[in-house]
Amino acid sequence: MKKVEKVTLTINDREVRVKKGMTILEAARDAGIHIPTLCYHEKLAPYGACRLCTVEISQNGRTRLVTACVYPAEDGLIVQTESPQVTKIRKMLLELMLASAPAKTIQDLAQQHGVAKPRFEAEKTNCILCGLCVRYCNEIKQANAIGFVGRGTERRVVFYPEIASTVCASCRECFSLCPTGKLPSETDGVCFDDLTLEDFLGARQARV
Amino acid sequence: MARLRSPADLAGIRQQVLSQRGEKRYIAINASGTCGLAYGSDQVFQAFVAEIERQGLTEQACARATGCLGFCENSPIVIIFPDDICYFRVKPSDVPEIVSKTILGKELVNRLLYKDGKGKRIVHEGKIPFYKHQSRIVFGNNRLIDPKSIDDYIALGGYSTLAKALFEMSPEEVVETVKRANLRGRGGGGFPTGKKWETTRNAPGETKYVIVNADEGDPGAYMDRSLLEGNPHSVLEGLVIGAYAIGSHEGYIYVRQEYPLAIENLFIALNQAREYGLLGKNILGSGFNFDVTIHRGAGAFVSGESSALMTAIEGKVGEPRPKYTRTAVSGIWERPSNLNNVETWATVPLIISKGADWFTSIGTAGSKGTKIFSLVGKVNNTGLVEVPMGMTLREIIYDIGGGIRYGKEFKAVQTGGPSGGCLPESLLDIPVDFDELTKVGSMMGSGGMIVMDEDNCMVDVARYFLAFLAEESCGKCIPCREGIKQMLNILNRICDGQGRTGDIDLLEELSEVVRDASLCALGTTAPNPVLSTIRYFRDEYEAHIKERRCPAGVCKALISYYIQPERCQACQICLRECPVGAITGGKNLLHVIDQDKCTKCGTCLEVCPPRFAAVLILSGEPVPAAPPQGTKVERTKGTQQ
Repeated sequence: MKKVEKVTLTINDREVRVKKGMTILEAARDAGIHIPTLCYHEKLAPYGACRLCTVEISQNGRTRLVTACVYPAEDGLIVQTESPQVTKIRKMLLELMLASAPAKTIQDLAQQHGVAKPRFEAEKTNCILCGLCVRYCNEIKQANAIGFVGRGTERRVVFYPEIASTVCASCRECFSLCPTGKLPSETDGVCFDDLTLEDFLGARQARV
Repeated sequence: MARLRSPADLAGIRQQVLSQRGEKRYIAINASGTCGLAYGSDQVFQAFVAEIERQGLTEQACARATGCLGFCENSPIVIIFPDDICYFRVKPSDVPEIVSKTILGKELVNRLLYKDGKGKRIVHEGKIPFYKHQSRIVFGNNRLIDPKSIDDYIALGGYSTLAKALFEMSPEEVVETVKRANLRGRGGGGFPTGKKWETTRNAPGETKYVIVNADEGDPGAYMDRSLLEGNPHSVLEGLVIGAYAIGSHEGYIYVRQEYPLAIENLFIALNQAREYGLLGKNILGSGFNFDVTIHRGAGAFVSGESSALMTAIEGKVGEPRPKYTRTAVSGIWERPSNLNNVETWATVPLIISKGADWFTSIGTAGSKGTKIFSLVGKVNNTGLVEVPMGMTLREIIYDIGGGIRYGKEFKAVQTGGPSGGCLPESLLDIPVDFDELTKVGSMMGSGGMIVMDEDNCMVDVARYFLAFLAEESCGKCIPCREGIKQMLNILNRICDGQGRTGDIDLLEELSEVVRDASLCALGTTAPNPVLSTIRYFRDEYEAHIKERRCPAGVCKALISYYIQPERCQACQICLRECPVGAITGGKNLLHVIDQDKCTKCGTCLEVCPPRFAAVLILSGEPVPAAPPQGTKVERTKGTQQ
């Protein structure tokens, strides 16, 4: 049997020994150390968008901030998951998210981090663009029925009617992934991009 | 065109081109550059071709359509070689006179010569202050080359450096030379080029890519475009040398679709190079194979970021990757990919040809060689300038740029593009250098340099750049997308006179998180314009927030236009020009602006004759009560200035 290569790193002053190739996040979870995430899913490729898993690492005397979901666990790495700078970043990220997506998950997370009311005003899109639905549909289902359109502050998620009308009704697997509950709550009524899921279902039934 | 099978063939073709030329005089017209074309340089070029033919001078003179000549605002520019006589703003109707007098005779056409600040005419290009203080080692060949002619490039010794690299140097020696030259990336990051090359060279994998980053997207910056348009072979030669050093056989040029002329000239250059055997299999008989594909970008600022650019080349949406593996090791299709900026590649042949010691003799301790800047904004001379690293901002703005327009006060210079910083007067004596600029809160960037005067509101400037970045962010990560959006919201309300106590602190707090937590360099540098304006122009922010006053008189919500009764001469110009009919008055009657109707477009201020200068911008103070309607003007004849 091939011997599994291991690396040893320190997370929050605890020595952690994990398989080579794991990320800091996987290593931390392995050791029972909690790092908050929103866009991470173990079945999907790391995406690095919510930045909530930002941690502080020190290596060769150099300290910097990286996202734990992407950064590989390396020998000798010293990781701080709750340093003052990390906490500051997380609080601000949650405050920013709370302004546009005041869903229960986000509110709870914010509360845990001591963020009460956001100081910012934003359109309530109720979507943090974590891309879990898009990536799940693309990577796992390989249906590509849902995707991003627009850039920058205009970015949003839409269903592509021509695909969604044929595949979504029998799937809906992305619903449970949505951290803000936007998908299940809104697709039954008004869907993204002002298309109703009934439109898709109707189109499908018509064909059947 | 015959295929060149050896360095001797290349030298042979060069001799042939040179001997065909003989003692001809060359007339360079910037008719193959976007800036020149916009001014009608192509008509001037055509006029020269026709006139030389008409006067039967085809043996003595030849017109050459060149790329950008730097001093774009004086286009169409004509330079006559070898005399170095330079004419500005030439019209097609001037051409017969130029040919008769200057080409045929020894006479100058005085009215077309450059006139300096004191009214003195200057004959030679090299004596014009704008050019005199530059060292155009990379950009200077633009004036000697028709970019559509590979022979022009070869006549200057072009591709002989490639021959030298292929036949006299090992790949390792090439890498070593670039490393010793301490060439740093001209795209903005300033990463040591040689080190990057070495990383890609040593990275595991057979297939490796070399890429030219020509996704220049900074507002007001056009260095890369002008190089590609004006001297595409210099970029190409650098690229082939780099490919040889790295061990790559496939290259990409990622150029924005918005640069049609650059793309056209590149295609021509690639085809000519292929025909000569300078690209393709067995280059110059060396056994080295290399070819290039042009990838046209779909116009996204963020695609200038290396991983986003490579994702775009793969055919996906140009978004940066979250990985911490360098693209030099895992880039396009996860293969080692070495990306350098246009200007970096164009510098490579110079280093290989003249040596690392020559290159390191120019510049500062940490930044070697020259840098091309696009000097724009409120300076007298705008255009592309190439200066040795270490020149001070003051020298660039005053000696080359000729100082601030209309005798106004300098306020700030923004370096490094939209995510650079705004530096005040007190920092004008710092040298242009990667590290020095970063130290004071700005950056070298790809070479944008925007000069601002007393009429620029620094809060409004920060807002402008943030609005650009909000639109150009890919929107993937939260700190960049949401953080910039909220920073922009705050800047908007400050400019709208709704600023709140604590807004400056909140901006700083947001800046820190956007800088530290964003996924790519677009986000991590985005706070620069905000942080630098707060750092150096905090009083302007405070005036907006605390006094509801815009000191520069820019932010519409905070200003009023006012006609001073004692200066108004009832000339009725503003009355006529006001687009919303907000000005009352009449012949001999004082003009008054109805503040409720006024949209603050500034037309009245613009059209009021300077000798009256009756219109004022008021900010932070109430508009004085209007005189009773029908008040007659007091004539000030005789006391007018």
